[in-house]
Amino acid sequence: MEPILRIEHLSVSFTQYDRGARRRQRHVVKNLSLAVMPGQIAAVVGASGSGKSLLAHSILGILPYNSRAEGIILYDGEPLTQERAKALRGREIFLIPQGVTYLDPLMKVGPQLRKGRKDAGTEERCRAALLRYGLGPETEELYPFELSGGMARRVLIASAVTEKPRLIIADEPTPGLDARSAKRILGHFRELADEGTGILVITHDLELALTVADEVTVFYDGETIEQAKAADFEKVENLRHPYTRALWHAMPEHGFRVMPDPEDGKQVQRDNKNESGTDV
Amino acid sequence: MKHRLWFTGKKLIRMALLLLGVSIVTFLLMSASPLDPLQTNVGQAALGSMSPEQIAKLEAYWGVDTPPLSRYIGWLLDALRGNLGVSLLYRQPVLAVIGERLAGSVLVLLAAWVISGVLGLTLGILAGAFRGRWPDRVIRGYCLLISGTPAFWLAILLLLIFSVWLGWLPVGLSVPAGMEAAAVTFADRLRHAVLPALTLSITGVANIALHTREKMIGVMSSDYVLFARARGESERAIILRHGFRNVLLPAITLQFASVSEIIGGSVLVEQVFSYPGLGQAAVTAGLGSDLPLLLGITVVTAAIVFIGNLIADLLYGAADPRIRKGAVRR
Repeated sequence: MEPILRIEHLSVSFTQYDRGARRRQRHVVKNLSLAVMPGQIAAVVGASGSGKSLLAHSILGILPYNSRAEGIILYDGEPLTQERAKALRGREIFLIPQGVTYLDPLMKVGPQLRKGRKDAGTEERCRAALLRYGLGPETEELYPFELSGGMARRVLIASAVTEKPRLIIADEPTPGLDARSAKRILGHFRELADEGTGILVITHDLELALTVADEVTVFYDGETIEQAKAADFEKVENLRHPYTRALWHAMPEHGFRVMPDPEDGKQVQRDNKNESGTDV
Repeated sequence: MKHRLWFTGKKLIRMALLLLGVSIVTFLLMSASPLDPLQTNVGQAALGSMSPEQIAKLEAYWGVDTPPLSRYIGWLLDALRGNLGVSLLYRQPVLAVIGERLAGSVLVLLAAWVISGVLGLTLGILAGAFRGRWPDRVIRGYCLLISGTPAFWLAILLLLIFSVWLGWLPVGLSVPAGMEAAAVTFADRLRHAVLPALTLSITGVANIALHTREKMIGVMSSDYVLFARARGESERAIILRHGFRNVLLPAITLQFASVSEIIGGSVLVEQVFSYPGLGQAAVTAGLGSDLPLLLGITVVTAAIVFIGNLIADLLYGAADPRIRKGAVRR
């Protein structure tokens, strides 16, 4: 089967000013290659604050003005140019962002989902999308600040199924949720994949990635250091890179151990505390 | 609702304290003024030819012989009873002078306030939305240039261009000179108000546009605009639906806060255009040592500015769902 999304040698960088006028190119993703099949969930795992979100933005063609992406992004077998991304996002390609701050604080949920359209068809589809995730029509009348964490997350997922999604990019889909809600959200992803949608999950959480994804790519300091089927992660011997091994050991079921990071001597630990998951 | 009442009550107490403070400072400044009211208003030559009794009478009229503290307390007690005294220069009750002058200024002030608000908001949104590109550069350049231009100088410039060279508009005053009051039409008043209002608008725009631009830049780089883009909303829709909506609330505050700048600016501008409004009366009162009138004008304008800000706060609470619903829930 043809992958819905194929990324080859993608590098994303942004320009930073440090101390006065000195400019610096910061590479957040270097030479990343991966493929997402229809009906498959692929996960990209990277440390918090490593600029993972920029990966999502580069696929959607909405990088901020100070960033650039190089490499090849193929959608449905054809290059995903800026124009094509513009035409497809919100129609076939959807982003599920990190949290409630991605909703306009001064606009009710309903109008926000409808994107300014007022026809009966749109209204119907948005209502159905909310209902699918257990949110009644009364949700449409709420402002984002009136939503609980779990509700906000479901609204964001619902925003992706107002149309027929073929590719969904989920950026840190579960921070701030308790285990049960997180599990339910991941269930929603599996369900969407089973309907034929390709899903790319971007997260800092290896455990989450392994729970939900079919294939996992781990990158560290911009470089891809591990790319394997989720099943391969069951045995630590299959993992090639010390960083992935450290992550593996830090998972609760593997002893919760903190391993010294071989690269710079600092300790690497699965970041349990970072629930806000805010990235660049 | 109860919350809103309590909020308003607190603000009103604050206003009373503010007005007291403003009047004290005005009074102190006036007492420290090196101008001798007799010399300024009667003249050196006339004073020399007067008898000591006459001079004593004049001193009593201008309040020179009363100690400052008892003078201020006397004014304050009267003011609390709603009597702001009689203007020494106009020989009319201060409130009547202020009312008349305010009626003269209101056309100019209101027009300048509305024009600078609407124009400033529009330019600010455009500049913020096109950050770094040519519309932004043009608007920002204009705003910085105008911010660095004194209002009175701009007034003289406009006067030269539109009244002297082109002859389109009158040079000054609020009505045609030598015309009977009954014969003055609204169109006449309007023609005379154009230049002062234009000057105040042009200078007022800069501040509002620059502030709005900052807000707009914040909105355009926000998570929710990014998400709107990710969902395929067009740039136009983003600016109108999300940008405008989120900039409007701070714009309300800005708009009402700008009342003070418009009133402040009118003092100089009315002077240049010989426009008989409140601003000009303030200058006359200050230079002529007309203490009751100056205190009256200062207190009344301070109250107007304060009420402007109060309205902004109340509107904000009504317009922002986070405050409105938050207050209901409490």
